[in-house]
Amino acid sequence: MRHSVATLALLAGTALAGTAAAQTEISILRVAVNDEQEQYYEEIAQAFEAEHEGVDVNFEYIANEAYKSKLPTLLQSDARPDVFYSWGGETLRQQSEAGFLKDISDLLPDGFRETMPEAALNAYSVDGTLYGLPLYATEVVLWVNTNLTEEAGVDVDAIETWEDFLGAVQTLKDAGVTPIVAGGQDKWPLHFYWSYLALREGGPDVVTQAMGGEGDGFEAEAFIEAGREFQKLTEMEPFQDGFMGTTYETSSGMFADGAGAFYLMGDWDYLPMRERSTDGGLSDEELRIISFPTIADPVTEGGDGATLGGINGWAVSSTAEPEAVEFLAFMLNEENQRQAASQEIFIPVAKGTSDALQNPFYRQVAEHIEASSYHQIFLDQFLGASVGATVNDVSADLAQGAITPEDGAAQVQEAWDFR
Amino acid sequence: MATAETRRLTAPDRLRRSLSNGRVSAALILLPPALILFTLFVMLPLGESVWYSFFSWNGYGTPTDYVGLENYQRIAGHSVFHTAVGNTLKIVAISILLQMPLALLLALLIYRKTPTNAVFRLIFFVPYILAEVAAGLIWSFVFDGNYGVTASIAQSLGTESFFILADRDWAFVAVMTVIVWKYFGFHMMIYIAALQSVPEDLIEAARIEGAKRRQIVRYVQIPHIKPAIIVSAFFAIIGALQVFDIIIPLTNGGPSNQTHTIVTYLYTFGLTRLNIGFGSAVGVILFIAAITVAVFYQRFFMQRGQA
Repeated sequence: MRHSVATLALLAGTALAGTAAAQTEISILRVAVNDEQEQYYEEIAQAFEAEHEGVDVNFEYIANEAYKSKLPTLLQSDARPDVFYSWGGETLRQQSEAGFLKDISDLLPDGFRETMPEAALNAYSVDGTLYGLPLYATEVVLWVNTNLTEEAGVDVDAIETWEDFLGAVQTLKDAGVTPIVAGGQDKWPLHFYWSYLALREGGPDVVTQAMGGEGDGFEAEAFIEAGREFQKLTEMEPFQDGFMGTTYETSSGMFADGAGAFYLMGDWDYLPMRERSTDGGLSDEELRIISFPTIADPVTEGGDGATLGGINGWAVSSTAEPEAVEFLAFMLNEENQRQAASQEIFIPVAKGTSDALQNPFYRQVAEHIEASSYHQIFLDQFLGASVGATVNDVSADLAQGAITPEDGAAQVQEAWDFR
Repeated sequence: MATAETRRLTAPDRLRRSLSNGRVSAALILLPPALILFTLFVMLPLGESVWYSFFSWNGYGTPTDYVGLENYQRIAGHSVFHTAVGNTLKIVAISILLQMPLALLLALLIYRKTPTNAVFRLIFFVPYILAEVAAGLIWSFVFDGNYGVTASIAQSLGTESFFILADRDWAFVAVMTVIVWKYFGFHMMIYIAALQSVPEDLIEAARIEGAKRRQIVRYVQIPHIKPAIIVSAFFAIIGALQVFDIIIPLTNGGPSNQTHTIVTYLYTFGLTRLNIGFGSAVGVILFIAAITVAVFYQRFFMQRGQA
């Protein structure tokens, strides 16, 4: 297809006495973003086009859920994008196994690899082959509304272990404050609890070991224990009333409106939660972020320093021209990553660029990720669409007391066996 | 002469005759477009679905992992599928036991052609005109215990707000309420049209004989509109098998997969999770269910002369 376009363009060029040069078109597909971010990508595309004559970079955007369901079909058609947005994980593996991805290891400019942290590159490799590049990192943190914690007399600095956290929840309840806001209808906000608890209980390798079928897989003690600890929390009824009917968007606005003291959510919600609030939301002084609590006596040691979040980035499709990889490296160069950081668009992943961050919350998250012993990618992405959705289902069922921790672990294992 | 008579019965001759009277050419010209479209967009995808349903396939590349009937076994053993089938049956039951009598009652009240009745007819028919997704969204705001109508009601009553869509036991009741609200107008319209065709002199005669209003309804009007009732029940059952776009914005199948119908189950567990093989198997089951219902219903209720 691309060849015939090029030939056509060439023919047209000859016909017009050589006024037009052959065009290389690079198409990039991304999950929809706000105007400011579209502007950011547009400027990068223009800068690249200015340096490379005859190259045309096109960004296209599709809304989140639609993107996920359309991508498999698009990749199998002639209209497949050269570069597309990715969350890494099992989905990337499935795409590579189906032969839709390009090995870009040898196509990168010299020295580019060294600008990226090894862990972030690993997130875009399958069995050691690099199929894409990371764009930014996110972390799930516990947001705190300090007005409410102060009102109830909770010392946020004293919250270190899960027991401390449960104690704080009790204190808040006694003071008549809703302890936690959660968007249960979308389920994935609840899966953060289960994932973090599993990481803390089972250590950094708990998920990869289960995926490799070691021991009892997802039915290992750490996952069951994680379910038990989660239910210790949910039995206290810590969430706002009707939390299973609340979407992520609503919950985010509710937290900013002061409906609850804690809110477990990614750093990306810093600006959106204010936009969704009815009265402008919480000011920086009324907000704090703390790491997810640790477990005093875990099943396996070592999970205290692990973080949960995402390493979002780009995958390169098998039919992409070398120019597409060149553009990708350009888009992710130090300068552009710094630019994104100073505009507070995202937390850059390239080494040494996070000092361009001005916002104290983003800086803190960047420090967390840098200090992290292991950055676990969201389980609902990492385990692929099917198993990931099962983890979300199980988390929601556990939160409502509809299943036991043992059932939950067994359901995840079953989904993994039949993925 | 005799030879000519026998020759007229031979096959080539018959063919020539049907060619000359245009039947064959009509079939040759008119059949292919419909046949091609039907084959391309109905039969082929159907066959492909059956084929995919024997594979564990995530939609990437071509299916290679043949699993036989395992998809069907998994569906049969999946508790959420049982709930989905149960919910679909509940919708059938509520449609027949509540929605249709309600529609009939209203139709009997407003079937006569008067200006007031026209206004009521329009009011009752409006929910049906609304797009399903819009209706689902509107009702999700109504049921919202934080900011919605429910919240205001609870506030003015001075009670604690309630969250019906977040309640595992009650969420589907809310869904069924919306379905009844959405479709009763459609059934009502069918009944109104039928009631208007009941001969006025029959009703007059019954009245002269001393029949009361209830008796007229029971013995004159309902027997007369029986074909319409049978057709509307058929739509209700087939409609129940297809309910999808109301549930997605309202509950998205939650809380904890309690409010799925067969189609939202297919969508959630087949498409959004990219288990294309599994989803195809659900589709095949749904197709068989729909065909069975249609055939049996036609066979037992919609015999010649009845509808």
